[in-house]
Amino acid sequence: MELPLLGFLQTARRAGIRISAAESLDAFRAVETIGLTDRAALKDVLGLVVAKSREEKALFEECFELYFTRAQLGDADAAAAARADADGSPARNASLADMLRENDRAGLTLALEGAGRRIGAAGIRFRVQANMYVQQIMQEMGLAELTREIERLRAAGDDAAADELEHARDRLRAGVRDYVERYLALAAPAENVWRDENLKTVPLWRLDRNDVERMRAIVRALAKKLATRYGRDRRHRRHGHLDVRRTLRRNTAYDGVPFSTAWKKRKLEKPRVVALCDVSGSVAPVAQFLLLFLHSLADALSDVRSFAFSSHLIDVSDVLARETVESAIAEIVKQIGFRSSDYGRSLADFKDGFMDEVDRRTSVIVMGDARSNYSNPRAEIVKALYARAKLVIWLNPESRPSWGTGDSEMLRYLPYCHIARECANVRDLERTMAELLTRGT
Amino acid sequence: MQPMNPDPARAIEAVAAGLADAGYIATRQIATAVYLGRQLQKPILVEGPAGVGKTELAKAAAQFLALPLIRMQCYEGLDESKALYEWKYGKQLLYTQILKDTLRASFDESAGLDAAMAKLRSFDELFFSEQFLEPRPLLRALQAPDGAVLLIDEVDKSDEEFEAFLLELLSDFAVTIPELGTIAAAVPPLVILTSNNTRDLGDALKRRCLHLYIGFPDPRLEQRIVDVRVPGVGGRLRAQLVAFVQQLRKLELKKLPSVSETIDWARVLLLLNVEELDPDVVRETLGVLLKFEDDMTAVTNQAASFVIKARDASVSG
Repeated sequence: MELPLLGFLQTARRAGIRISAAESLDAFRAVETIGLTDRAALKDVLGLVVAKSREEKALFEECFELYFTRAQLGDADAAAAARADADGSPARNASLADMLRENDRAGLTLALEGAGRRIGAAGIRFRVQANMYVQQIMQEMGLAELTREIERLRAAGDDAAADELEHARDRLRAGVRDYVERYLALAAPAENVWRDENLKTVPLWRLDRNDVERMRAIVRALAKKLATRYGRDRRHRRHGHLDVRRTLRRNTAYDGVPFSTAWKKRKLEKPRVVALCDVSGSVAPVAQFLLLFLHSLADALSDVRSFAFSSHLIDVSDVLARETVESAIAEIVKQIGFRSSDYGRSLADFKDGFMDEVDRRTSVIVMGDARSNYSNPRAEIVKALYARAKLVIWLNPESRPSWGTGDSEMLRYLPYCHIARECANVRDLERTMAELLTRGT
Repeated sequence: MQPMNPDPARAIEAVAAGLADAGYIATRQIATAVYLGRQLQKPILVEGPAGVGKTELAKAAAQFLALPLIRMQCYEGLDESKALYEWKYGKQLLYTQILKDTLRASFDESAGLDAAMAKLRSFDELFFSEQFLEPRPLLRALQAPDGAVLLIDEVDKSDEEFEAFLLELLSDFAVTIPELGTIAAAVPPLVILTSNNTRDLGDALKRRCLHLYIGFPDPRLEQRIVDVRVPGVGGRLRAQLVAFVQQLRKLELKKLPSVSETIDWARVLLLLNVEELDPDVVRETLGVLLKFEDDMTAVTNQAASFVIKARDASVSG
């Protein structure tokens, strides 16, 4: 009983489910209680003990099916018997050619599993490795010897026997490929984790369509994480000490004996964020991620005013609050997207309509490349913001060396930003936001 | 620990039947979770959308096991003094005030500072004894003589500090009170934690629990649930209303209707003496199922076609 379960736990771990040693022990105890006879019950039980979130439950489902339904080269009983032997000592007396000739399925399964274990087939990660693994397993099972045998038969003129053996070899190769594919399928979720980490550092404008969905998931998770962390910081600040003055005053009726106590409460300072997002043609590929992030941010923080601008500026707080991410982004892009940007005009719009939104508790985040098509940049408005707001943060998707080149007005705005960062990928975004939440507000 | 049951499959069925008697229709998985929780003495962490019966499960389990249900609702800012125990500060103070004169008299008798100190120390012990201890839900669950079902509701709403504090309780069924020492449970309670996943729970907590995810039930199960909870509803209407709700769950809504909403709706339809769904009744009572204006408008337009489909489904199913 131990071995299949151990093997399963290892497989599940490789698939990306986190299983601690304590949980492994729990799994053993649970399986001891329930027995191994009932497959459905086994699945229920392991699912309860091993998979600890909804995502993990889905992974678990996949792993369980793949692991406990491994198709065999032979019929199930023989394979089971073979597995039992294989766990002991791999007795490989018969040559591969003999086994193929006799169609000894149990023996072949045993040899295949043994070879797979010896070369570590379970370690497979990527599809490109599949051929190599198939070849290695074939070698390990005695391919060289088999080839010699075929050549010998041909030399002896026994073409029929040689052909037959060659066919058998091809069938075996197909079987080995299936075996490797199963391990590959088990490894697939792990590949996703690796891809996610990579995606975070890919420049936003270089993402292809396939990545967009995963990216969205990452950004959403990021915003949730930030919200949790931020919430904790705020709660910490609420704890207070005994308020001696109020306690004494409250208890004068009891002759100063402190029956009821009063505690100091520190005032919460809610952060207010005003975000301005450039959606013009020059930042088009990045804009939808910035909007996506803005949407997630509006979910995470209680008080966010969002604006989008290109040739002029509009208030998008309501759209973001009302619509789902996709429709909100589509709506904003339809209203104002992809025009040539005019920072001066947009800033003036903001100054005329919404300057009252900004006070000393407000953080202003501007997301854009500061390319204003040689119009008046109106840097004095940013200066006014700098004077009024608690923080002015500028996130620029262009790399720092290109700031100020061509029609980029970044260097004119730069003196009036508390923080100015290049923000080319999700990791940059993550870092800046974490800083904003812990230190800034 | 209970004696090992020779046939776990039958024991799980017994749990399911027991829960059904308590008015809770459990899937195999849920019954297995309760069974394992008892056998391994592990807490069960139940996650799932709001209204699928996470809290109900604890209530039904308590009824089935004939144990008292002790419920602790979590919220932001919940701390030990609200969850575990508190000293009855007012009572302590009142006693010292009343006994002031007696105390003074007894101190006057004692010769010298040392003797008075010794005496004071013995009073100190007196004032921090169980007499002045106000047990809160967690302590009550440990002290219950025959064990209990402890429901820690919406644990995701509590702070992370509180979650960390729960760890000792969940793994050892014991808590430490500085003035009194460690109090261990005579009979380990069956602990059920629920979470709506408003924040991710810590790994340490998850590791100590069995994890049960309850999703929306399939039509057949939901019909059985409605049958048990709202017995007056006829078979045809039941099939129709369940089919209707199941269709709503496939839509993109802000808040999908849950089992509790299905039950409420069945009750409303019963009160209105409805025998068969029709679009008008649905439109009038939609407020029971959907909680957002936007959702209501989205569904109202399609109500007629949903009703037709629901009728078809109830005939074929």
